[in-house]
Amino acid sequence: MIKFNKYRSSKNLPPVSTASLPDIVFILLFFFMTVTVMKNQNLLVENTLPTATETEKLNKKDRVIEIFVGKPTNSSNANLGDEPRIQMDNKFITVDEVGDYALQALSSMPQHLRSVATVSIKADVGVKMGIIEDLKSELRMVNLLKINYTTYEGAAVNNL
Amino acid sequence: MKNHRNPQEVNAGSMADIAFLLLIFFLVTTTIENDAGLNRSMPPNITDNSVDIKERNLFEISINDADLIMAEGDIIDPKNLREKVITFIDNGGLPLEAEGYCNYCKGNRFADSSENPDKAIISIKAQRNSSYPVYVAVQNEVIAAYNDLRDRESLKLYNTPYKTIYSDYYDEEISEDKKKVLKERLEIIRALYPQKILEPETVNN
Repeated sequence: MIKFNKYRSSKNLPPVSTASLPDIVFILLFFFMTVTVMKNQNLLVENTLPTATETEKLNKKDRVIEIFVGKPTNSSNANLGDEPRIQMDNKFITVDEVGDYALQALSSMPQHLRSVATVSIKADVGVKMGIIEDLKSELRMVNLLKINYTTYEGAAVNNL
Repeated sequence: MKNHRNPQEVNAGSMADIAFLLLIFFLVTTTIENDAGLNRSMPPNITDNSVDIKERNLFEISINDADLIMAEGDIIDPKNLREKVITFIDNGGLPLEAEGYCNYCKGNRFADSSENPDKAIISIKAQRNSSYPVYVAVQNEVIAAYNDLRDRESLKLYNTPYKTIYSDYYDEEISEDKKKVLKERLEIIRALYPQKILEPETVNN
């Protein structure tokens, strides 16, 4: 007991070395640098995706054409109302324009990827099937037949 | 006389601060992408491609405006959908001596259900006012039904689940020879249970 007290009262505890702090921070930094994907689209529509279990990954970004569907967000467009809208290339487009914009996106892809191009439909949970069907028939019109209903991972019964 | 001085040392104390700044920048800009979804391929846009399908080979799923799901004429609980689809695909209703008899099917072999998995077609119909998440859920259940059946055959033939073969095939670190084997296996399993999902265009009424 006496010995213990003596030990506690000693004033010169060595300080914790912070020399390895930069290394730790660098490791974290490299982790985030490698997983970072810079956002290239500003979302103009609400976009909470439905959930599904049998998903396949879309990990090759260079062959994906993204189409967002959803209600316009309040902050950006107060005067657009509540009807779901389609967003491509950072702006709202109508259903009839989908084909044109999709072809434009397709033509900016390298030649060898055009045949495997996939259209990723990112539709909000609040969207009705009507607009999706219109979108699909427009895509069929321009012969873009591979589509992907992009979802979150999770039990599908959550949707119901 | 030589001036013996130590070269001045650069102070590395601020290194941590610089790294922190960079770290915070990347933290803020990071969006870990979650892109995954249900892949489907649509039929080409040809209008005169009507094919006669026997009624027994068609499993109709419709979703109405109130998001109720109907399969084969009855409103059903979405939880039972997968099972129903599996029994339909796996029925194998052709008689033993007929051509196209399904010898790997484990179904009930009813005369009013599908003839064999190759003939079995699932049709998913939605109204314009049905909601999208319900549609995705139905798609998901149908794909899950196919995956369950493919899993069963894959386990029987190669002792590995279909999912594993599939993900291994797309793994970059697997050698070419191995990929060839995997591709063959994928094709065999897919031929046993080919995915035939119809998405007829919605009629507005």
